[in-house]
Amino acid sequence: MRYLPLTDNDRRAMLGAIGADSLEALFRDVPRSVWLDRPLELPRALGEIEVERALTGLAAKNVPLSSVPSFLGCGVYRHHVPAAVDHLIQRGEFLTSYTPYQPEVSQGTLQSMFEFQTQVALITAMDVANASMYDGATACAEAVMMANRVTRRKKAILAGDLHPHYRETTATYARFGDFTVVERPANPAAEDDLAALVDGETASVVVQNPGAFGHVRDFSALAEACHRVGALLIVVVTEAVSLGLVKPPGEMGADIVAAEGQSLGNAPSFGGPHLGLFATREKLVRQMPGRLVGETVDAEGRRGYVLTLSTREQHIRREKATSNICTNSGLCALAFTIHLALLGEAGFTRLAALNHAHAVALADRLSALPGVRVLTDRFFNELTIRLPRPAAAVVETLAAHGLLAGVPASRLWPERRDLADLLILAATELTTEEDIAALAAGLGAVLQ
Amino acid sequence: MSEWSKAISGFARDAAPEATISGNRGLRLEDPLLFEQDEPGRSGVDLPEPPAVDRLGALRREGPIGLPGLSEPQVVRHYMRASQKNYGIDMGLYPLGSCTMKHNPRLNEKLARLPGFADIHPLQPQSTVTGALELIDTLARWLKELTGMPAVAMSPAAGAHGELCGMMCIRAAIEARGERRQRVLVPESAHGTNPATAAACGYAVDPIPANARGRVDLTALKEKLGPDVAAIMLTNPNTCGLFEDEILAIAEAVHAAGAFFYCDGANFNALVGRVRPGDLGIDCMHLNLHKTFSTPHGGGGPGSGPVVLAASLAPFAPLPWLVHDGGGLRLIEQAAGPAARAIGRIKGFHGQMGMFVRALAYIVSHGSDGLRQLSGDAVLNANYLLARLGDRLTASYPGPCMHEVLFDDRFLRDSGGVTTLDFAKALVDEGFHPMTMYFPLVVHGALLMEPTESESKASLDRFIEVVRGLAERARAGAAASFHAAPRFTPRRRLDETAAARKPVLRWRKPAATTREAAE
Repeated sequence: MRYLPLTDNDRRAMLGAIGADSLEALFRDVPRSVWLDRPLELPRALGEIEVERALTGLAAKNVPLSSVPSFLGCGVYRHHVPAAVDHLIQRGEFLTSYTPYQPEVSQGTLQSMFEFQTQVALITAMDVANASMYDGATACAEAVMMANRVTRRKKAILAGDLHPHYRETTATYARFGDFTVVERPANPAAEDDLAALVDGETASVVVQNPGAFGHVRDFSALAEACHRVGALLIVVVTEAVSLGLVKPPGEMGADIVAAEGQSLGNAPSFGGPHLGLFATREKLVRQMPGRLVGETVDAEGRRGYVLTLSTREQHIRREKATSNICTNSGLCALAFTIHLALLGEAGFTRLAALNHAHAVALADRLSALPGVRVLTDRFFNELTIRLPRPAAAVVETLAAHGLLAGVPASRLWPERRDLADLLILAATELTTEEDIAALAAGLGAVLQ
Repeated sequence: MSEWSKAISGFARDAAPEATISGNRGLRLEDPLLFEQDEPGRSGVDLPEPPAVDRLGALRREGPIGLPGLSEPQVVRHYMRASQKNYGIDMGLYPLGSCTMKHNPRLNEKLARLPGFADIHPLQPQSTVTGALELIDTLARWLKELTGMPAVAMSPAAGAHGELCGMMCIRAAIEARGERRQRVLVPESAHGTNPATAAACGYAVDPIPANARGRVDLTALKEKLGPDVAAIMLTNPNTCGLFEDEILAIAEAVHAAGAFFYCDGANFNALVGRVRPGDLGIDCMHLNLHKTFSTPHGGGGPGSGPVVLAASLAPFAPLPWLVHDGGGLRLIEQAAGPAARAIGRIKGFHGQMGMFVRALAYIVSHGSDGLRQLSGDAVLNANYLLARLGDRLTASYPGPCMHEVLFDDRFLRDSGGVTTLDFAKALVDEGFHPMTMYFPLVVHGALLMEPTESESKASLDRFIEVVRGLAERARAGAAASFHAAPRFTPRRRLDETAAARKPVLRWRKPAATTREAAE
């Protein structure tokens, strides 16, 4: 077995040193009745060639986004990742290290996380950010729980155009964490008056920008309404690239930002692993979940970095911790921070502008199609259209013709028959004029 | 004595080396932070100039963001230099107890990056991702067979998330019986995530003491069991590296009280292919794919924490469900039909696909025979450490141990003040990553070593020689040199107290820092 260095000679010698007759003797504390004496009902070991063949075969059954014109978004976006990113994150020192509990031999990870925290704080326009959460949906649930701790209240109001997976995840956490969520109905046509719902029992209001249907909105007035009654405004961002062009949550008065960072540095990967971003205001930092890296000095006075404020965390505080999170998304965060380092201010803002421009081209082209109505007038790189018939069947038909047209709203809101004709589409810097033309032609043909 | 020997022996060991002009020390290269290398307008990515369009309403971001501008070569150097300040399993032994730092095959990295896995969207039509569904189903089948459990929830993102998922299922099952239990029993030796998880699920945590043999005190456990106990959360092998040999009696007592048996599967590496949790009376256990099944830990994730479930808990498994349906596989994404009692979603989308690919590649590479060999070697390696170190260090419990071995700091008692931390830092100077320190909490100054099956005998022998030598030095009264360790690392010991007292959690422009300091 190519991954196991011990030889039978080694094993014999080691058992001799231990003073054991056999390997089985080392398992003597395991009750004899539960020893598995039969082989597992599974195949035997495979060589690298065979493994590669088998898994490549499975991969070949899927249709990659890069192989066809594709317009899927809804929280996962296909962006270009510079080649240097993947090269660097595969350095063994990054890839094969543990959580940096021993700072003297982990300065690479720690410094990178410190830079990551800074970048996340900058793009969200917040004071501080943590070293990552699992994904945007769990970051959202953790943000709601943090707001409960800060306000000592137990009610969260979730906007109707919060991504349904984020809403459902938060609702699951609420059911078992014994707090309340008020789930507003999704409405792609009109803005919900959330400020009217905020009261003295409200711990937080959760909104998404751009919303799940693609609308961009200013939540400054809502933030003020929240703050008047001591509630917190949580802003969810599922498309991190939007922060390069759209007014950031920090400038709208957000108290917590829970975002998905997949768009930078990370592949869609069928939905995971992704990267939860979590940022807040300075004065709330001790209620934050997750790991934090801080700057300090070493014994010779040189600048260095350590995990800090760990008295919030489970390995120190146990049942009194702010969260049970331990392992998070370290390597995804590294990919994010390297991608953003490569982009820089000029590249990031241009990337965002390019995404927007392609989405505008997409919207204009689709709105010219008979029977198609674009419902999103102010958007970043994602928009919703209404078709004259259920979108799911249209998407299936187009998929059979080599076009991944977008996400039918029925995939995310299956219980809402009134949304069945809606299709949500995203454009990124990778969307070409040819892609848009192919989509328009395909849609036109199907709808005829 | 040669000239060379004289020259190197002339250096005072504990002094900081003479400062270089650059701040570098040979191949150990310093680099300013990204933000300190900023040149406005510079970028490492060339993108076309976008046409001037605006459908943002009045919501365009104004003013600079503050991101630094660097070219690609600068960024590559920056991270290359950073990487060289890290220790990884690729470089050497990483005996971090309860973390299972084993070799990460590069084949798995290659396969996870195939466009057919990496470049597929979780919401594209299911007819276009049949290979992905098949891969998840295949991995699920392996995990069920290896654990002897009938169901598995694949979506949890890491071990602690798996714990949360499992405890949610347990609470849902209890509530479905019309009960509302209050307490969860957690051994004192448990990982911190266990009590934190129980608390996050609305339970009061009730600790169970260990007996003199380092196992759960069965009598104390039975006394604590009652109609308000929802579950016990037990790690097996436990964090002392010992198999809970009364586990069948524990399971019986827990079930007799109407409670559920949650097992923390962080230490499954000792048992894989040999003992099945399903045969131990366990109702629910998470698997850390980033431990047992070698998906790389990446400096703190991503992980993946599928949860295997007994039939009594399976109906409550979180969404989505992957089911066989009319000859094909189908994702159920709503709590309806067969999934009507599902607890709902616990994260976005369908789980850590990239980790599934790596774990499956790892599992099929080993096969049923290799996995059994793997756990055997892991246990053998740990017992070899115990046998060869037991007379110099102080083992907390007599062997045999399972895949990890626990020592405490009694062997440092006469060392003039050398602590477990000092000992760990001295190991760093010797080129090893330290063992887990000060955990579990049930012994004083814990040193928990888990070598894993990835180490050769020669590698273990080198480590043993070094640990024995350090123990000898400690006994000989070299406390000052231990306090000064590490000396050969990119940074010496860091002031963690100062970091927590006045947290600096992000870079700020120096001018702003000065002004703040003055305020």
